[in-house]
Amino acid sequence: MSAEAPLLLMRGIVKQFPGVRALDGVDLEVRRGEVHCLLGQNGAGKSTLIKILAGAHQPDEGVIAFDGREVRLTSPTAAIRQGISTIYQELDLVDGLSVAENVFLGHERARFGFVRSGEDNRATRELLARLGHPEIRPSTEVGRLSPAAKQVVSMARALSHDTRLIIMDEPSAALAHDEVANLFRIVRELTAQGVAVVYISHRLEEIREIGDRVTVLKDGRAAAVGLPAKSTATSEIVSLMTGRNVEYVFPPRRERPGSGPEVLRVEGLTVPGVFADVSFTVGAGEIVGLAGLVGSGRSEIIEAVYGARRASGTVTLEGRPVRRGGAAATVKLGMGLAPEERKAQALLLDQSVAANITLAGLDGYSRFGWIDRRRESARARDLIETLDIRPGDPERPIRTLSGGNQQKAVLARWLVGTRRLLLLDEPTRGVDVGARAELYAVIRRLADEGIGVLLVSSEVPEVLGLADRVLVIREGRIIHRSDARDLDEHQVLDMIMEGSAL
Amino acid sequence: MTDSRGPQAEKAPPADEHVRVEAQARKPAARTGPLARFGEARHLGLLVALALLVVVGLVTRPENFATTSNLVSVLSLAATIGVITVGMTFVIIGGGIDLSVGAIMALASVWATTLATQSYGPFVMILCAVLVGTGAGLVNGLLISYGRVVPFIATLAMLVAARGLAQRMSDRKTQLVQQGNETIVELSTTRVLGLPLLVYIFALVVLAGWILLNRTTFGRRTYAVGGNPEAARLAGIDVRRHTLLLYALSGLCCGIAAVLIMARTTTGSSTHGDLYELDAIAAVIIGGTLLTGGRGTIIGSILGLMIFTLITNLFILNGLNTSDQLIAKGLIIVVAVLLQRRGLESRT
Repeated sequence: MSAEAPLLLMRGIVKQFPGVRALDGVDLEVRRGEVHCLLGQNGAGKSTLIKILAGAHQPDEGVIAFDGREVRLTSPTAAIRQGISTIYQELDLVDGLSVAENVFLGHERARFGFVRSGEDNRATRELLARLGHPEIRPSTEVGRLSPAAKQVVSMARALSHDTRLIIMDEPSAALAHDEVANLFRIVRELTAQGVAVVYISHRLEEIREIGDRVTVLKDGRAAAVGLPAKSTATSEIVSLMTGRNVEYVFPPRRERPGSGPEVLRVEGLTVPGVFADVSFTVGAGEIVGLAGLVGSGRSEIIEAVYGARRASGTVTLEGRPVRRGGAAATVKLGMGLAPEERKAQALLLDQSVAANITLAGLDGYSRFGWIDRRRESARARDLIETLDIRPGDPERPIRTLSGGNQQKAVLARWLVGTRRLLLLDEPTRGVDVGARAELYAVIRRLADEGIGVLLVSSEVPEVLGLADRVLVIREGRIIHRSDARDLDEHQVLDMIMEGSAL
Repeated sequence: MTDSRGPQAEKAPPADEHVRVEAQARKPAARTGPLARFGEARHLGLLVALALLVVVGLVTRPENFATTSNLVSVLSLAATIGVITVGMTFVIIGGGIDLSVGAIMALASVWATTLATQSYGPFVMILCAVLVGTGAGLVNGLLISYGRVVPFIATLAMLVAARGLAQRMSDRKTQLVQQGNETIVELSTTRVLGLPLLVYIFALVVLAGWILLNRTTFGRRTYAVGGNPEAARLAGIDVRRHTLLLYALSGLCCGIAAVLIMARTTTGSSTHGDLYELDAIAAVIIGGTLLTGGRGTIIGSILGLMIFTLITNLFILNGLNTSDQLIAKGLIIVVAVLLQRRGLESRT
């Protein structure tokens, strides 16, 4: 092998999940000492690819060569042993342990089982100094550090192994501006020492600043491999990312007879440091889509509208002010939320489909707290039939349903009782393509019945195809609003990634 | 709807038609009735264990086991902890734990048997016990839901403090139920169909608990709050208020248990109910309720309690060492939980 051989070479990587071909023959080549950027829309396969590199997933097909030799990364430990470290978006540090204990977690220097903490501390101090952060003390408890400092600790941990390739998954998402500058300084020092970095970010300006080459993923394939990061035109990169091959089937929009009466009015909604001065309205029967990156503030806006997050500004539902700080009151007013994390935030996994459907509307089926079980189960059956939830057995535990059918049950929950406004946060996450079309049809039908819908999605085509009007969010502000039919995917991606106005 | 049945068909509004069609369609496969649920697989193991214990009793002590007096003593013993177990089941399904039940019961029994309280007669004594129990439960609930103290710690503090208060009020003396207030004692001496009244009170509490858990919005929300508090909150349930009510309910059960123990022992004492919390928690766990919340049944808890009580009874009848009895109970808890884990795994 010549010295010019790439550090990492992936060829024809295929990874199949039930119902999805996440990777369909991806190639990736990373050289020593370079910052290689990975770009692609949600669902393009980025996270699957880095999980394979980290040893968390096994590819079904394909070859991985590291340092000129073919390797099999059968577990995270195997990947680390090769010299591949991953810094995940959700930092995986233990808050209650010290900096040094975190850095050497799992590979403490020990003699006869006794941790030699002095040595760990000394080694940690060296690593932190190498990262340009001698001020972080190895004995400090990690829980007391800022997000930026935690990131540095994560990197120290990566370097504590003999690391030659570091994967960074959106490292800047949690960082303020000057902290990003420091991150870049560290990345440059690492690469100067010959360490290679795979850098994942949605922010094009970062990629231009720090990146050497870019690989663009689309539909589980590499749309382009190793483009020069500094000189490739934005429009070229965005074109490579767009036009995904997924068959999205959207229900037809109703020709709007002027928008219906206003349901939701949001004025000057602000959560300091997250989003500012957000104002918009949603009409009856209208679907309004929020397009923006993760971290742009879109989910937080939804939570604030729902009253589950404190914010300044006013929210009114059909003219009545929404009290903030209590979802219970908001639900009574006629709002419903299908939250982003279906399992963690919406479902009672141990309970039946029927119990999940009627959870928010129990008062409508009870008198003095006594549940009228016949009416309850009849209504649940009705909704199961209307939304075509399968299998159609209301007594079945909801955990046995597919993601799409679980999501339908969450929607059904908000159809018992009178709903004026539905807030949908990533309604099709983890739902396979066929079931998506059904969900879209359901959402459109609800709107046609007069409910206002506020939709958040990471998938630009989804927002454009489903919504009537689109608000583009970037860094906590609405930077563009227009009719969905006046925008295309390219334009929206351009705006949310580079902040260019139309 | 060809075979519509008279009275029902008349009053049925159109919307209800659907219900009946479905109900009939399901009838052959109906497995959701209370009886069916009682015999559901998860309770089957408990029933088998209980039956085994009965067989052991019949074989080892044929002359004393199957007697009315033994039955009465087993049920009376079970009644006090049983009432507490009902409250504990709610708290644990709701994702919490209540360590203070025994101490609250002791405090309620002491408060109700002070001379001052006794001077108002038996009904005020009962009211006093129930109110003291509920009040202590409310304090637990307030600390946990609005004070955001971890349930384990809040109720541990209550355990210590309530017992201390009971000692202070009674001056560590056992307080007898005075003459003129024997109505309370009659709960244990008066028999209907051969069983003392307090057994019927126990049965009523179990029935009320079952209905509350399975037929009301309160019960449904208890599962929701314990199973996924975030989902419950976002579905518009006031999780904090519900948590508060759960601990108040547990306190109320302690108050009722205090009345039963006063009836049984004719005393109020700060030493009543020592380690009842452990028996109650063990019964709930043996009964298949998840300590993490969101899943469980009243019937399971009561079966678990009966298993525990029968073991005690069998050891006493056979004149065995009480230390061995504790060892046996410990083993039962572990075996029950291991079996349930296997049951869960085979289901998924």
